[in-house]
Amino acid sequence: MAQINRIHLSNNKDKTVLKKIKDIFMKNIVTIIFLVLCLIGIELSGLPIFFVVSELVTRLTRNSFLVLSLIIPVLAGMGLNFSIVIGAMAGQIAIIAVTHWGVTGIWGFLLCVVLSFPFALFFGYLTGKLLNKTKGQEMIASMILGFFANGLYQLTFLFLVGTVIPMKNDVLILSHGVGVRNTIDLSGGLESTGIKYALDEIWKFPIFYIIIILCGLVLLYFGIKLAVDIIKYRRGNKKPFMNNCVKYIFNITVCLILLVVSILIMTGDSSLSMINLPMITAFVIVILCLFNTLIVKTKLGQDFRTVGQDKHIAKVSGINVDKVRVLAIIISTVLAAWGQLIFLQNIGTLNTYGSHEQIGMFSIAALLIGGASVSKATVGQAILGTVLFHTLFIVSPLAGRNLFGDAQIGEFFRAFVVYGVIGISLGLHAWRKRVELKNKLRT
Amino acid sequence: MTQEYTLQMKDISKVFFNNKVLNSVNLNVKSGEIHALLGENGAGKSTLMNILFGMPVIHSTGGFEGEVIIDGKRVDIKSPKESLDLGIGMVHQEFMLIPGFSITENIKLNRETTKNNLLSRVFSSKLKTLDTKSMNRDARECLDTLGMDVNEKSKIAGLPIGHMQFVEIAREIDKRNIKLLVFDEPTAVLAESEADNLLNAMKTLADTGIAILFITHRLDEVMQVADNITILRDGEVVSLKQKEQTSVSELAELMVGRRIEGIMNSNKDEKSFDDKEIILKIRNLRVSMRGEQVKGINLDVRKGEILGIGGLAGQGKIGIANGIMGLYPTQGEIYLEDKKLELNNPKESIKNGIGFVSEDRKGIGLLLDSSIELNIAMTAMQMQNKFIIKLLPFTQMNKGKIRKHALKMIKDLDIRCRGPHQMTKRLSGGNQQKVCIARALTLNPDILLVSEPTRGIDVGAKKLVLDLLVKLNNQLGMTIVMTSSELGELRSVCSRIAIISEGKLEGILMPTDSDVDFGLMMSGEYHKINRGEAL
Repeated sequence: MAQINRIHLSNNKDKTVLKKIKDIFMKNIVTIIFLVLCLIGIELSGLPIFFVVSELVTRLTRNSFLVLSLIIPVLAGMGLNFSIVIGAMAGQIAIIAVTHWGVTGIWGFLLCVVLSFPFALFFGYLTGKLLNKTKGQEMIASMILGFFANGLYQLTFLFLVGTVIPMKNDVLILSHGVGVRNTIDLSGGLESTGIKYALDEIWKFPIFYIIIILCGLVLLYFGIKLAVDIIKYRRGNKKPFMNNCVKYIFNITVCLILLVVSILIMTGDSSLSMINLPMITAFVIVILCLFNTLIVKTKLGQDFRTVGQDKHIAKVSGINVDKVRVLAIIISTVLAAWGQLIFLQNIGTLNTYGSHEQIGMFSIAALLIGGASVSKATVGQAILGTVLFHTLFIVSPLAGRNLFGDAQIGEFFRAFVVYGVIGISLGLHAWRKRVELKNKLRT
Repeated sequence: MTQEYTLQMKDISKVFFNNKVLNSVNLNVKSGEIHALLGENGAGKSTLMNILFGMPVIHSTGGFEGEVIIDGKRVDIKSPKESLDLGIGMVHQEFMLIPGFSITENIKLNRETTKNNLLSRVFSSKLKTLDTKSMNRDARECLDTLGMDVNEKSKIAGLPIGHMQFVEIAREIDKRNIKLLVFDEPTAVLAESEADNLLNAMKTLADTGIAILFITHRLDEVMQVADNITILRDGEVVSLKQKEQTSVSELAELMVGRRIEGIMNSNKDEKSFDDKEIILKIRNLRVSMRGEQVKGINLDVRKGEILGIGGLAGQGKIGIANGIMGLYPTQGEIYLEDKKLELNNPKESIKNGIGFVSEDRKGIGLLLDSSIELNIAMTAMQMQNKFIIKLLPFTQMNKGKIRKHALKMIKDLDIRCRGPHQMTKRLSGGNQQKVCIARALTLNPDILLVSEPTRGIDVGAKKLVLDLLVKLNNQLGMTIVMTSSELGELRSVCSRIAIISEGKLEGILMPTDSDVDFGLMMSGEYHKINRGEAL
């Protein structure tokens, strides 16, 4: 057996630096391609950097929560959960009810959160049950389920409201008394009627101050770690320093660059210093990030991962596979419902029959761009993907117009980007997997 | 008296769809005993184990009759979880390991050590944090018990097969309450040297008082470790023997139920092939196949012979055939009747009349979800445009021709199946192997490379497969290069046996040469002094 060991080890050793770089490139090919596309798009669109960054901050806080809600089902091996549109519907049901009752502001928002929870729980449970019957085809099943649920949703709000469900509201209901209006204003005129900016407006703070503070904290952290390792190095334990050396240098350099740039922006008279970050929304998103990271380290998270890796083995070792999968979908659906609330409170108008429709596609496209695949997704990928996707989204109409000289082309470009992204990144992931397999055979 | 047995299964009967697969079977295992359970495929071993583990398949088909008694108490096991709670563990034939997880995570699968945190106190115990440190410590302990020096944090993917088996065992012994450990053909996928390690580990475990139920096909291993032996045939207990009172040949006879002639083949006359032309010439062959590196081999294969390639696992014998077929990166020179073969190109190898039966039957040997006939015809369709109707510019499978050919092959090779349309994954190991051979034969090869043809199949089927190879050689004059870890079968069918050690050719022996020579060559001692590589 020692023999086998030795062969095994010697195989791992002979990897040159060039090959390592190539490996890194291959592993992140999807993200790299879209990063390049983003840069080209920014250049072509000719948009001022202030506009791009401020739009991006808004969109990042608006969409991240939804994208993050996709992670747990991926972990549990159920692929990309297209059925988060159903969660979004639960959120919208709550919003319509709360707007009808006239509860506004943060209290209205919190009521929405409470109210959407049981709906999302129930919908998620049903979705999970269905996906357990369609093992291996979760992605297409959840997508079609989303379309089907949309039909039920339309039936409810076009026909049942005002007939079966008693509801009298001149603002929300169509003039003949049946069905909810197509658009619902969540802000209202002089007097606020909805939950617009309920979360965002609580506390805003210039984003570059926050970057400066964060960079300072990270620098402090790495500085202490580096110091500890250097002391260990002096005492003869060279291992930790040698292992982490490159990591430290890289992280500290990045932080320093960010710090200097931010300080320059804040002290100069650049308009960028005016960009504010909605602190509470950001805080909620950070909590969700932490939740997604920490849950992996719990018993439940380990169950998710086990089921995701191999359902059969999980079953044999006594894990209730179906229950774990239903739980994953329930969590995802509930998070999606809340994500939709955050999304809509930022947009300020509810498109009753349309707001939820594209949520699934957009969030999944964002996650995929970040380098996630149907079997692996992390918080970092979700955030990075949201940034890249929405940059592309912001600049592509103008870039398209500048390139082809037609405003219509610009709109077409957006749709093209979304669906193109999903197609290309799924394709690239499949291709990468094959290359990896080939390389594996070679070594 | 009941108290002394860890496990008693009394009068177990089970009917599957009006088909009685178990008929009042009794099985008794004491603590600290290694009890072997023998039987051909289909004798009812797996069904018996499924009952013991409360697998859903048993209860969804109407349950079973009889009683299971553990430590003198009658138990009713309804799910695998309950059997785990009772202290029954299983080491599976196909590894129940998750490749993406570390060794620790696999050992602790669904039995993770957890700590309380704020959230778990408030909500549910499911949210408890994993205690990675103590998990790693426990895993280390188990690995040490088994004498394994691998890092417990390394991933399963990439470990040699022998190590994976040990991780499986480590997982079972980590269960503190473990009383009975079932080994389901643990050595089937291991080479002899790895198997020896395993058997030693089994003995160590038995000494600690764990009862062991050992299911296997390898009779010599049974004789090596077992205390008592229960033999099943056609769902009934044929015999219960003590090791001291029996012998390998008696066991084989009881198991198969028909007298098998000694593995040594009688119809092999001592033909010499030295004067025959060389059909395959290998010069300085280097193959980089993980765990089976070939480091420069020169070998001549003469027309019409069966050349055996033997050696211990990990020494490179498997790599040779894979290299010739171009499946792994290869260097060197290969001549087919003086024509140089293009390397690293499987298509070229097949075109030049080399047929290959892979050692990885389920992985690359078969399309498991396709029918027998499609499996047989597949390569010929791809490579030689056989069985294809051309409707310019479209091509269609010639289903009639395929069916006819498949039926002929099924008859010729005696493939036991429900028909040519049956999926290959439903076949037993021996029959799957025959389908692989049938596919290679369909190409009308000049040379047939067969790797590990008897791996994971039972004694009866083994003999059939070996007989088939001999028949092909005798009747069709086909040159066969057979790679196998089992020296016995090489010696029974081959005319010459090349022994590979450390990726190099150690020497070529006649089957009639002495055991001592074989033993020395296998361990690489034979030429060591000559090569100046003495340790």
